[in-house]
Amino acid sequence: MNKTKQMVLALVGVVVLYALLKALIVTGIIGPYWQIILNESMIYVIGGLGLSIIYGFTGQFSLGHAAFVGIGAYCAGWFAITFSHYGIWASLGSLVVGMISAGLVGYLIGVPILRLKSDYLGIATLGFNFIVYDGMQNSDKLSSVLGGAQGMTGVPQFQTFEWYFVTAVIVFILVRNLVFSSHGRAFTAIRENETAADVVGISPARTKIMAFTVGCVLAGLGGALYAHNYPYVNPDSFTFLESINYLIIVVLGGMGSMTGTVITAVGWTFLLEVLRMFLSLLGPSFINLRGVLYALILIVVIILRPQGIFGGMEASFLVPRIGRRKSNAAAGS
Amino acid sequence: MPLLEVKNLGINFGGLRAVNKFDLDIQTGEIVGVIGPNGAGKTTVFNMLSGYYRPTDGTIAFKGRTMNGLRPFQVAQRGIARTFQNIRLFPQISVLDNVRIAFHPRAGYNMLDSILRTPRFKAREAELTGRAMNLLAVFGLEDKAEIKANGLPYGAQRRLEIARAMAVQPDLLLLDEPAAGMNPAEVQQLVELVRFVKEKFDVTVLLIEHQMGLVMNLCERLVVMDFGEIIASGLPQEVRENPKVLEAYLGRGAVA
Repeated sequence: MNKTKQMVLALVGVVVLYALLKALIVTGIIGPYWQIILNESMIYVIGGLGLSIIYGFTGQFSLGHAAFVGIGAYCAGWFAITFSHYGIWASLGSLVVGMISAGLVGYLIGVPILRLKSDYLGIATLGFNFIVYDGMQNSDKLSSVLGGAQGMTGVPQFQTFEWYFVTAVIVFILVRNLVFSSHGRAFTAIRENETAADVVGISPARTKIMAFTVGCVLAGLGGALYAHNYPYVNPDSFTFLESINYLIIVVLGGMGSMTGTVITAVGWTFLLEVLRMFLSLLGPSFINLRGVLYALILIVVIILRPQGIFGGMEASFLVPRIGRRKSNAAAGS
Repeated sequence: MPLLEVKNLGINFGGLRAVNKFDLDIQTGEIVGVIGPNGAGKTTVFNMLSGYYRPTDGTIAFKGRTMNGLRPFQVAQRGIARTFQNIRLFPQISVLDNVRIAFHPRAGYNMLDSILRTPRFKAREAELTGRAMNLLAVFGLEDKAEIKANGLPYGAQRRLEIARAMAVQPDLLLLDEPAAGMNPAEVQQLVELVRFVKEKFDVTVLLIEHQMGLVMNLCERLVVMDFGEIIASGLPQEVRENPKVLEAYLGRGAVA
């Protein structure tokens, strides 16, 4: 099957998926509660793709991804509330604000901390997450709109699923285009062997900062959508434990696999909800078993497939065809 | 003007003087070998030339411009490529991408072109891919383009590393023990490959090697190091008969 056909099929697949989900929503089979969870899964797809670029493709271990989601949520929320008299434009603008603010902070924090490697970088980003969390707790001192420890309320809500689905699809296409380009190859080169990347002329510092910033922009976009999906934005939604959720999505999905990140993001969101529902049926005291169960799932998957469920694999329609040309001996020069 | 001009190069690691008073001029088109016993400081010299270590003193000039203080990626962009004693490929990605990665500094499109798939991206990307495939063909790796680099046999990994270095479009190629781990037949193939690469790409070669057979065969000029200093240099024949070199390699008693 050639690539054009595959692309068309993929597009048809996306439309069919949308129509199916929409039909389920319209007929009420997916009720308002599950629709919010569905939206949330799209948010995890977007934020997860951000961390996938940072960790899955570029190999920079971040334990603070939720901090950037939170920065996006708060900045976007503040913007949407402050300019709410502009209606939909305030909300659209708030998405941009969420991306820019998280991207800017990511860049500024990335410059000093991306010199660190693996575990050390993990600890630095973890520390940053705590700083941001404390900042959110005290955000009411900056602007009463932000609400501090009380949380932020009053962000206009996007009730429709289209917002989340279309944004996620667009983000996915753009990330795919980035990954399959010279920039994406530079990211992977840094992950695979930083020294080797350096001697072929790729600046490790610049490349890491670029990947980190792009990943944070996506986290910010996820955060901005989060603020529009829940009437109440709370610092506790962006703790270190939430960063672990993103990390799980990337690691469980498979390092360097967009396909894996997307499937795991959706799967993980619903798994958590299903576990919550199922366990609460058994009785209120069982709900705490959720943490045990999902940790267990994680352990089992990592033992059976240490490279992640889709590690190193990509759905074939995503991979661009190699533009083969007739080889002649006049190469290189 | 020599292509590479190294003067009075030296480096300290703490109290250890690893390389001392290292001078070397390389003319365009030469194949020069650096030999010496283990620990003589050969790789340290390479690491200074390629920007990994900052020399404590001395100067490195390439094409008449000073290289002091440049980072490795800047050195590469100036036109010096290198390989490693222990091969350093990008193991989990395709052979083709291992080569295409080296085109990144001259990719000719920006991130916006990438994510929006502009005509400029498409044109440049097709050209890069074509050039990478041509390079792979030169090194006999064309039919392996789509497999992962760590799936290649050892000899092919060596060739891929050299192919990747040539994608940098260097004027000077540094080969760090290219024959390490090879049997005599493979070494002979390597000698031919290096000669071929030199002619085909018009590149100057500086190599480090232990295997005397290879350097005697291949190099037009040799520099012998011991304890961080140059103890002899000249034509392979001269060097082979130099008593200081024999002493360094075989010990004092053997010479007497």
